Amino acid sequence: MADKVGIEVSVAIGDAVKLAKADVVAAYPITPQTHIVEHLAELVASGELDAAYIPVESEHSAMSACLGAAATGARVFTATAGQGLELMHEVVYVASSMQLPMVMAVANRALSSPLSVWGDHSDVMSVRDVGWIQMFVENGQEAVDNVLCAFRIAEDRRVLLPVMVHLDGFHLSHMIEPILFPEQAEVDRFLPPNQYPFPLDTGKPVTMGAFAPPVIYSETKKAQEVNIRASQEAIIECWQEFGDAFGRYYSPVEGYHSEDARVLLLTMGSFSETAMTAIDKMRGDGKSVGLVRLRLWRPFPFKEIRQAVKEAEVLIVVDRALSFGGPGGPVCSEVRSALYGEAKRPKVVSFVGGLGGRDISLDGFETIVTRGMEIAETGSEREFEMFGVRE
Amino acid sequence: MTKPENMMTWKDLEIGSIVTEPGNASQYQTGAWRSQRPIHDFTKCIKCGLCSIFCPEGCIGQNAEGYFEADLFYCKGCGICARECWTRAIKMVEEEE
Repeated sequence: MADKVGIEVSVAIGDAVKLAKADVVAAYPITPQTHIVEHLAELVASGELDAAYIPVESEHSAMSACLGAAATGARVFTATAGQGLELMHEVVYVASSMQLPMVMAVANRALSSPLSVWGDHSDVMSVRDVGWIQMFVENGQEAVDNVLCAFRIAEDRRVLLPVMVHLDGFHLSHMIEPILFPEQAEVDRFLPPNQYPFPLDTGKPVTMGAFAPPVIYSETKKAQEVNIRASQEAIIECWQEFGDAFGRYYSPVEGYHSEDARVLLLTMGSFSETAMTAIDKMRGDGKSVGLVRLRLWRPFPFKEIRQAVKEAEVLIVVDRALSFGGPGGPVCSEVRSALYGEAKRPKVVSFVGGLGGRDISLDGFETIVTRGMEIAETGSEREFEMFGVRE
Repeated sequence: MTKPENMMTWKDLEIGSIVTEPGNASQYQTGAWRSQRPIHDFTKCIKCGLCSIFCPEGCIGQNAEGYFEADLFYCKGCGICARECWTRAIKMVEEEE
């Protein structure tokens, strides 16, 4: 049976990578991701994890080393945040285009400038379209569980894609939480060895990441798009099997008192937990409010989102990133787009808040719901509102 | 052999567009890029092979008589061979439409 321990979430992620028996970890430390890779370095140095730890000189090199390691068929892990993700961006796109399975934890951090080491989703949105599978976790248990799931999804023969596990920097990465760790034997049963089909082999040479002239580039991109879209089936299947084995079930879209609610909040990431508490309070006050949490960001779960919100009158989406000069919140923009063709759909209201580590408190979510309902009633000339900004 | 690239659909591609057939770049006709073509004058050629050493495409080889000549399937027409030839045995001429 599993042990429950009080542990920092970053350290727990390192322990999950150890349970997954990663072969290669290449990473560069950056706040607020540092404790993850620091712990992995300790595990490798002490011999508890039999892996190659490559201390690289930058994130661009970290992702490059991961790419090469994945091409040999190794089980590969890295982690980064904010500016680090920006610096590795070029190679991030290459990893998914070459369909090299690996797992990267991203301790979400605001982008410079001004310099902020605190959390929001601006780094996530900079890699929105890079072709990685991307999922969000809300607490430490989900982080551990989904690091294990991410390896299985990434290495699934039907998928073969890199996977990002997003966790909010500080708000989640630095929390100390009670976490259940599965036994090694249980993990080994759930996560079979990586069977990457084209490992680098001088006896059987292949060319990876080759040159593609206009005559073939479009075909490569169509294949990539079809592949990531189809991966949703394997992702759902993995979460189902994880639930059957460990008793904790995950889905692309998860509701909280959402089924009969007239007004729905939609959030992504750890502040969903605060939002749930706010929903409890508002429900106690007799309000018909619920919450929809988006767990799977890519591939975007269109069908599940439509299903989850179709009975509501108002849908209030709270983003933790801005699309400057654009539609405001990137999550809201995509949710709106998913609903546009539906005959029956809620009025969609967009808020952006919680930038650069600012909290959205329980009262904050209540204010957002009240203001969101007002906007739904009266309409607004603005695409979105920023929450909690001093005017 | 796999299909030529202009016949391949997205379904024909291997995962990650990996090329599993080694050396298939030899099917790529880089000669189609050429706007000028090298003409080798064998009366001046001393078979030194300098053109072949300088050719960035590696497409100059010896014919049956030992003279050096560019393979026009690959020759991009850069003119380096003509520039380097000590005996001026190579001349670049415009490709006609």
